Amino acid sequence: MTYTPQKPPIAESPEELRKRIAGWGVDLDPKDRPSVPKLAFQEDLTGAHWELPERQPEKYPRERSPEHGMLTPVFGTAQPPSGVSGAIRRYAYRYSEGRTAHWLLLVLADRVDAWEHHLRSLLTLRPDNPITETGVKAEVTRHGLRSRVGQHRTDLKHQFLDPVIVAGPWVAAAWLVFSGVRKLVRPLRS
Amino acid sequence: MRAMVYRGPYKVRMEEKERPSIEHPNDAIVKVQLAAICGSDLHLYHGMMPDTRIGHTFGHEFIGVVDEVGSSVRNLAVGDRVMVPFNIFCGTCWYCARGLYSNCHNVNPNATAVGGIYGYSHTTGGYDGGQSEYVRVPFADVGPSKIPDWMDDEDAVLLTDMTATGYFGAQLGDIVQGDVVIVFGAGPVGLVAARSAWLMGAGRVIVIDHLDYRLEKARTFAQAETYNFTQYGDIVLEMKKATDFLGADVAIDCVGAEADGNFVQHVTSSKLKLQGGSPVALNWAIDSVRKGATISVMGAYGPLFSAVKFGDAMNKGLTIHTNQCPVKRQWPRLFEHVRNGYLKPSELATHRVPLEHIAEGYHMFSAKLDGCIKPLVVPTAA
Repeated sequence: MTYTPQKPPIAESPEELRKRIAGWGVDLDPKDRPSVPKLAFQEDLTGAHWELPERQPEKYPRERSPEHGMLTPVFGTAQPPSGVSGAIRRYAYRYSEGRTAHWLLLVLADRVDAWEHHLRSLLTLRPDNPITETGVKAEVTRHGLRSRVGQHRTDLKHQFLDPVIVAGPWVAAAWLVFSGVRKLVRPLRS
Repeated sequence: MRAMVYRGPYKVRMEEKERPSIEHPNDAIVKVQLAAICGSDLHLYHGMMPDTRIGHTFGHEFIGVVDEVGSSVRNLAVGDRVMVPFNIFCGTCWYCARGLYSNCHNVNPNATAVGGIYGYSHTTGGYDGGQSEYVRVPFADVGPSKIPDWMDDEDAVLLTDMTATGYFGAQLGDIVQGDVVIVFGAGPVGLVAARSAWLMGAGRVIVIDHLDYRLEKARTFAQAETYNFTQYGDIVLEMKKATDFLGADVAIDCVGAEADGNFVQHVTSSKLKLQGGSPVALNWAIDSVRKGATISVMGAYGPLFSAVKFGDAMNKGLTIHTNQCPVKRQWPRLFEHVRNGYLKPSELATHRVPLEHIAEGYHMFSAKLDGCIKPLVVPTAA
């Protein structure tokens, strides 16, 4: 009973639980839990044979958080910043992680990056294809209708927004191009 | 080599990319045999994680064969079959020396608030991931482990994040014998967390989600009581009723940034990117537990702010434990549990996606089609 010192009783005894559930209670003792206590000095250093790791060569000016005292000894080199999005990203890294500006600039750079690549892809033999790249074929091959009808899924309330997010910018861009061309052509016709 | 490549929100494709090379003396190059798509990959896929660059290859759950090693690698050799934790870590910084491998300070120049993760944007270090034929593995002497002969490939790949994270989440709950534990989210991590709560002596385990097929799995895999929150007007009130109006002793948030259950919260975070994550499950957790309870959070949230009901957490005297899982610290004990049959991660693998169908695989997982719980990715051509 909640309003008295006793805790509401559990329906099953430890013996019953042990019988029903394989392994019940094997980690009951916190000593058997690998992340208890949270901070535990690891004598083996998990195989490391250095105190400070050797430093990876920096082949281009690597962007880094100003909250770091130095460039970390090891870092990823995938997709170095480039173009307008790269300039926005480099600017974003002037701000600490505590500043909202840092993250919002990175989000902005992500959107600009996407458009830079979409436009660049139009000049290649493999332009972006929103149909194949969104994998909507799975709606047919993976039972899109059956997976939704008659289910108690609350995500259906907002799934209609996904195509808007994907196709919306393309439709808007197509409209801008169309209206721009129309404005150019109209005076020529008259 | 062939690799999954991000092309913008909701868009991915397979591309030919350059094979990665050794960039540091303790690097290895691993030829990937099996990978997986994680629920947290969907945050990248939906464009929620800042600094996710076009061309990035996702994938932080993978196993494979060592194809090349750097000059200082001592513990691995070409040909070794390895499982690689999702954390990239050095082993000797202040954090690693104390077992916080997920918080390593020597691998992520882009942020100090998170460590290094394979294929998880530049916010976690800018490393390409394992949904590809080859992957660069930094600190090869520290992170990877050779796969034991007795272990299935599917169990091995699912120990690199999903299983370790779920098991870690139950530990963060500080469960004592007889505790009532509520797990929010019946995805792969939530299912493992629920199963692990029993190993730690829980007296009752309740799993909450809105997908019936996943709740069915929670009943069979985790032997848990289940609630579909869409069937109740107020799931917090329902949890109070279910616990004789005391509230649960422990709640585990295994949902993270894209929680459903509140349209405004979901849309402002997942669609409009105005929050670091939709904290619906976290807020329900705060309100469903008793005063003085513990909340474990290892559902992933983005770095922007979120509308969390912190006043309730404070006034209830809650203890909130959080972190990304330090995977390798869990492995010795988890290997015992898998070998003893207490945990069988491969029971949660529902689909195998060839790399050439990666876009359909992401859409299926994102839209929760075909009873998908955990999709694996097969990188090599048949």
